[in-house]
Amino acid sequence: MPRTLYDKLWELHEVIKREDGTHLLYIDRHLIHEVTSPQAFEGLRVAGRRLWRVSANKATPDHNVPTTNRELGLEGITDDVSKLQVTTLDENCKEHGIEQFDISDERQGIVHVVGPEQGITLPGMTVVCGDSHTSTHGALGALAMGIGTSEVEHVLATQCLVAIKQKNMKVEISGSLPEGVYSKDLTLSVIGKIGTAGATGYAIEYSGEAIRSMSIEARMTVCNMAIEAGARAGMIAFDQVTLEYVKGKPFAPSGREWEEALVQWKELRSDDRAHFDKTVDLDGSKLKPQVSWGTSPEMVMDIDSTIPEPRSNSESDALDYMDLKTGMRAQDIRLDQVFIGSCTNSRLEDLKVAASIVKGNKVNKDLKRAIVVPGSGLVSRAAINEGLDEIFKEAGFEWRAPGCSMCLGMNPDQLDEGDHCASTSNRNFEGRQGYKGRTHLVSPATAAAAAIAGHFVDVRQVLKS
Amino acid sequence: MNEYTIHSAKMVPLDRSNIDTDQIIPKQFLKSIKKSGFGPNLFDSWRYIDAGFPGQDNSGRELNSEFVLNHKKYKGSEVLISRENFGCGSSREHAVWALQDYGIKCVIAESFADIFYNNCFKNGLLAITLPKDSMAELFRFAEEGEAIHVDLVNQVILDLNETEMVKFEIDSYRKTCVLEGLDEIGLSLKYSKTIKNYENAKKKQTPWIFK
Ligand code: SF4
Repeated sequence: MPRTLYDKLWELHEVIKREDGTHLLYIDRHLIHEVTSPQAFEGLRVAGRRLWRVSANKATPDHNVPTTNRELGLEGITDDVSKLQVTTLDENCKEHGIEQFDISDERQGIVHVVGPEQGITLPGMTVVCGDSHTSTHGALGALAMGIGTSEVEHVLATQCLVAIKQKNMKVEISGSLPEGVYSKDLTLSVIGKIGTAGATGYAIEYSGEAIRSMSIEARMTVCNMAIEAGARAGMIAFDQVTLEYVKGKPFAPSGREWEEALVQWKELRSDDRAHFDKTVDLDGSKLKPQVSWGTSPEMVMDIDSTIPEPRSNSESDALDYMDLKTGMRAQDIRLDQVFIGSCTNSRLEDLKVAASIVKGNKVNKDLKRAIVVPGSGLVSRAAINEGLDEIFKEAGFEWRAPGCSMCLGMNPDQLDEGDHCASTSNRNFEGRQGYKGRTHLVSPATAAAAAIAGHFVDVRQVLKS
Repeated sequence: MNEYTIHSAKMVPLDRSNIDTDQIIPKQFLKSIKKSGFGPNLFDSWRYIDAGFPGQDNSGRELNSEFVLNHKKYKGSEVLISRENFGCGSSREHAVWALQDYGIKCVIAESFADIFYNNCFKNGLLAITLPKDSMAELFRFAEEGEAIHVDLVNQVILDLNETEMVKFEIDSYRKTCVLEGLDEIGLSLKYSKTIKNYENAKKKQTPWIFK
């Protein structure tokens, strides 16, 4: 029977189907950060259990780390509660012998940027992490899922996940994206179309010409937000682009193992005529730059349109919270801050696109702050080597050290009450970026153009001029 | 009815869809390395007038009188009812710990986000999905201050006269999780040999994964 990519990845990792209908799914790679792991390690300790396979686990702190004064290492964390969480991760890794890129390691960064960058996550793997955006790693042709803390403990102790197989959904994007429209706009458009619960209970495979012609970094942006459509996992078939991305990464196989891996990885695609329980089609060539206007990632609009009439209580509540009105043009939304970063858009390609728009311009004087936070220390170094940091700094952006930063503001990077922020992150929930802060989700290009204008602009026009 | 029934439970109605885990327990409280103590900060930004911070004495904070959790008639509710896609967003299990710490034993909604739904059962918090019209009836009931019995064994919700209001579906594994409070890890470790065998075969097939 023809199988989907998800079917194949699932079957490769099925250890046993139990009588109660649940499966034990073998987990190849487990990524750990400081926020969702302490209670899991504590649970192990209380039960007197050991790690099943130490080498499966790799860790890095990201949510709590400050983006300034990083040369001070741990001493740079001014909040004692945050510091305790980071040092707890240090201690747990030390106690169990887990490899960690700690706060002083250049390879430290957002866990979803670090994994692929190091080749820690690879095609064909099952990858889990106590973080919903683990779906990002699916861009490599992996089955990657976010899990809760109880599951983190379970994976540490058994190397397996208790799982029930989900249904298959195909999201097919035909055509190629117009200039000024990026993978972020694509993924937001999909969520706008199917809704934040549209893929609940499904694993999504993204396919079609628009996806095939994307770089791995752009594909990661797409899969990153599968969770915002309700899917625990989003994935993309292995191809030549994947091969070239993975080749030579520190943890990737080499020599004979590489050849062997390639033979296996070439199977990582859905068979012709494989059955999908649901299919969503979108014409990529018709997509426009997106801006979110509400407090849920499904509340998005085209850059050249106006804020729609609310269709539900949730939507009118969202408009109240955002202090916006139906009929207002996206381009009339004035901004207070701009954030370029997060596991959605903090890789080199994102920073390059933003820098190309910023170059030679100045951040609008009405803006309080515009910051760029690279996804990892290595992204930062690569960007600096290309002179991107100088371009941003000359324009008036602050160039920061890597971490989650203002994506959720567990560190000091937060919005002030009432601020409107153009953000390249993935969630515009109430208060996510700071108490009573107002988030607008956009692509790095739109964020960069908005920083210069002080309000949203159509980046397609900017690129033309 | 039996010992697993939640008896005469009051319901607090959260009439909104897409309630995300950032609202259930805001980020600043995730810095805790414990599983307890989150209750006073459940729905913190909706519940209080000011911005809360971890370690604070919450007893003196001014409450937002408009938020349902603060309405006198819903005090002591053990069942929370809501609309679609409850618990979406972040995978933080702290959301479940906060609900339980506050005293919620059961959440009933039109639908749940996947990770949150899973997290509930790992902690013995019962999550029930009901169709729109049944939810509408529960909302009406809650607003009138009526209580319900939730009988998990028979998968039925009853009014206080023990008349059946609606039956609910739940898969047997999750049901057992709540009824017996399973040690999931212990259960999985019974398959240690099978896992080892699988792993040994895999080591030959995909050695690069074991780095
Ligand atoms: S960058 Fe944001 S979404 Fe990504 S892992 Fe960090 S907090 Fe989560």
